[in-house]
Amino acid sequence: MSLLGLVSQLMAIVMALLLAPLLSGWVNQWRARLQNKSAPGLLQPYRVLHKLFNKESVLAEHASTLFRMTPYIVFGCMLLASAIIPTLSTDLPLSPAADAIALVGLFALARVFISLAAMDVGTAFGTLGARREMLVGFLAEPALLMVLFCASMISRSTSLTTIVETLAHRELAIYPSLLVAGVAFTMVSLAENARVPVDNPETHLELTMIHEALILEYSGRHLALLEWAASLKLFAYSCIGLALFFPWGVAEANAPLALLLALPVLVIKLAIGGIVLAFIETANAKMRIFRVPEFLATAFLLAVIGLLVNILLGTA
Amino acid sequence: MNGFPHFATWVHLDWVLVVVVAWLLIGVLGVLALKQFRLVANVLFPVSGLLSLVLLGLALSAAGSGPEVAVLPIGLPQLPFHLRLDSLSAFFLIVIGGVSAGVSLFAAGYFRQGEGTPPGLICLEYHVFLASMAMVVMADDAYAFMVVWETMAFSSFFLVMANHRIAEIRNAGYLYMLVAHIGALGILLCFGVLQANTGDYTFASMRAQHLSPFWASVAFVLAVFGFGAKAGILPLHAWLPEAHPAAPSPMSALMSGVMLKIALYGILRVSFDLLQTRIWWWGVLLMALGLATALFGVIFSTVQVEMKRLLAYSSIENVGLMCVGFGLSLLFSAYGMTALAALALTAALYHVLSHAFFKSLLFCSTGAVLHATGERSLGKLGGLIRYMPWVAWPSLIGVLACAGLPPLGGFVAEWLLLQSFLFTTGLPSSFLNMLVPVVAALIALIAALSGFTMVKYFGVIFLGQPREEKLSHAHDVAGWERMGMLWLAAGCVVLGLIPSQVITLMDPVTQLLVSAGLAQTVAASGWLLVPVSIERASYAPAIFLLGVMACFGVAYLLVRKLYSGRTRRAPPWDCGYPWQTARMQDTAEGFGQPIRQIFEPMFRMKRELPTSFDEQPRYRVEVEDPLWHWLYLPLAALVERISKVIGLLQQGRIAVYLMYSFVTLIVVLLVVKQ
Repeated sequence: MSLLGLVSQLMAIVMALLLAPLLSGWVNQWRARLQNKSAPGLLQPYRVLHKLFNKESVLAEHASTLFRMTPYIVFGCMLLASAIIPTLSTDLPLSPAADAIALVGLFALARVFISLAAMDVGTAFGTLGARREMLVGFLAEPALLMVLFCASMISRSTSLTTIVETLAHRELAIYPSLLVAGVAFTMVSLAENARVPVDNPETHLELTMIHEALILEYSGRHLALLEWAASLKLFAYSCIGLALFFPWGVAEANAPLALLLALPVLVIKLAIGGIVLAFIETANAKMRIFRVPEFLATAFLLAVIGLLVNILLGTA
Repeated sequence: MNGFPHFATWVHLDWVLVVVVAWLLIGVLGVLALKQFRLVANVLFPVSGLLSLVLLGLALSAAGSGPEVAVLPIGLPQLPFHLRLDSLSAFFLIVIGGVSAGVSLFAAGYFRQGEGTPPGLICLEYHVFLASMAMVVMADDAYAFMVVWETMAFSSFFLVMANHRIAEIRNAGYLYMLVAHIGALGILLCFGVLQANTGDYTFASMRAQHLSPFWASVAFVLAVFGFGAKAGILPLHAWLPEAHPAAPSPMSALMSGVMLKIALYGILRVSFDLLQTRIWWWGVLLMALGLATALFGVIFSTVQVEMKRLLAYSSIENVGLMCVGFGLSLLFSAYGMTALAALALTAALYHVLSHAFFKSLLFCSTGAVLHATGERSLGKLGGLIRYMPWVAWPSLIGVLACAGLPPLGGFVAEWLLLQSFLFTTGLPSSFLNMLVPVVAALIALIAALSGFTMVKYFGVIFLGQPREEKLSHAHDVAGWERMGMLWLAAGCVVLGLIPSQVITLMDPVTQLLVSAGLAQTVAASGWLLVPVSIERASYAPAIFLLGVMACFGVAYLLVRKLYSGRTRRAPPWDCGYPWQTARMQDTAEGFGQPIRQIFEPMFRMKRELPTSFDEQPRYRVEVEDPLWHWLYLPLAALVERISKVIGLLQQGRIAVYLMYSFVTLIVVLLVVKQ
């Protein structure tokens, strides 16, 4: 473990923590602009976090320890996920601890905990949210895994750093399998981050809500952690997308200068990605909840087709 | 054994036999002390748990050493029992010892006076069951194997029938017995093929035979059929969701956690050890069967409304996944890719081990819930985490392991299995290569669905508000049961955190079966689990756990330090609706509804919907296994029709019977004359 590796690991963690709310703010701002609304400030998510952290936490009378533990666990999972995705550099000491499959497992762990916590209080909305979250999860999870496998097949590895290194070094050729997988990945990330065709992050008190129904009983610092975790998740997903499909500009081992350059490159890439996301959210209408499985099954099938294309064309 | 060798010269096998005999003795003591309930509960079962630990230790130390053989002069004259303890047997003894230690401790506190069969009798059946399972994995000739195999079937049959006064339980027991015997026929025929007309039924002689591909395939298919019936492979799974709920919970734990694995041991023994040839389509067959079984099991387990039935279907799913691993290993091994075969086999064996622990744990937890509340229907439970924390928290570990989540045991198995699929792209047949991503995708889907099931299981039983008034009086489990559950939960955690060490333990097994192992690459990387090479894939559950814990701790401390830690308790908000009741929570039916809708063609559903004019609206839905209607009932009708035709022969008049004898005699004479 080199010193530079340690530095880049720390940088990755701190950057994820700081940039994640900013990314959410950026997306919100663009979406408001695209929808002809007056936009909130870019720093609004930080203000919300600060406000929530300062408030007292109101717990339901019969909420168990599981309910109180969950925000911390979910936050921890999302932070670890952001830490192992090579965003700035591929020289990450934590990265060998978890590969692509473990990354999906990490998201699943957070999902299971947040669903259990939603069921803990035993309200109608909470259990509804838990059921729907698991419904989204059981199709989105394998789809994400298949997308990652497409990249794994090309680099013959499930280690995230190796995948990014291989993809960054290739010629500027388009892999047909990655093209299909990219579409699948976009669909999955929309669903996983509670974005518009599947869920609406703006909504509250709506019968079809998913993510908001899960965190309905949380308040104060717990809610702040969950909100932060949600923006970390968006950040992590954006980073996976960038790492798989636009990996150029990521620093490699023993390259301090590249590390400095990697940050502005990442910020620009994220900014563009955020605008695209805001555009998708504006251009689409929310689906009925019963259509969500079809949407996700399409993503799943696309990802599998990507894998098949990969084998047929023999890139591996 | 001639004479009586000195203790110092005893090998592992002898000591394992001592444990087996001690178990049988405990069983006999249980019957002698039929009325002494306290003795059975507080002495016999805990001692048996200790013996299980001894067995675990013996098996662990035998795993690395070479095969040991013994000949026991019991049974018929000229037909002694041949026993052999090799690394494969040792591995399954580890499963038996490790799991039964926890289950026996749990059973010590579980049985109550005056319920169904007296505990003393259960003690006998239970220990005969344990002893026979240990003997099955050590049997080294077909005769001994069949004797102990049938002993296992019968003792478990009696355990299933513990509450035989209930008609449903009698039906379940009958079905179990029927399927067990159909399976046993398959096994018997399989051994018949394997001995290749030599008349020598020892396994050693079977290993020496080189069967033609046709006869080898016949033996393989018979083995899959026979052992598959016991393991619950489609379409012979029907007994499993009936028998598991019928048996007392510690018995379901042993049946699901250990006995299903013993059946898989049979498949392994025949296809990897006794048969010398391997043909590629065997692996494909086993994989296809396993996939169908796993998919069927997991989809049905999501819609179950009874807790033990849900777990039983989940066991079907897990057995399917293990078969997929075995099949893949067989496929690789048929093409001579031994390293990959070892990877797939290790994945499946890891799944065997971790499933044994977490499923026993979950079955024990259903037993505790059943005792405390008297309810087995999910729709009448809820909120038990507040009244039964000693059951709820270990169950949470079991649930997370069953859902295949890191950093627990279930995830390691799943991880290894997916890894072995990812490295598959070198198979000589392009058709098989095409199948690989499809199978991997289905496995990922199955794993995610089992997460759905487990959230439903834990959420509906332990979380939320109690759906019935009486649940708030539920009592928590006491000492023995706590110890048993904690032991099993600890097993899940240990299997999750030190995969490298566990895989090193499995190395002799894979060396024996596919003559390759992962130990070298794995041992070189310490805490990091690296099956092939570090660039390809690595996973470090300990660091993983530390990472999440560190984030958890730092976040907790910082939030508490920098901001307020104030907390207030208030009624739940629920969007400001104040009149909510426990009935407004999602029920078990409701939670499974989306899956029921998505996979509707797979079910046979009966649905009663209320109309808008109903005075007392009722909603009822029943989900049935379609295979019952497509396969089992037609078969039963066919058997009945045939037996009616045969019944025509039975006229009940002596003259008619004499005529039968006469005609037979003439026919025989004619045949003999020619």
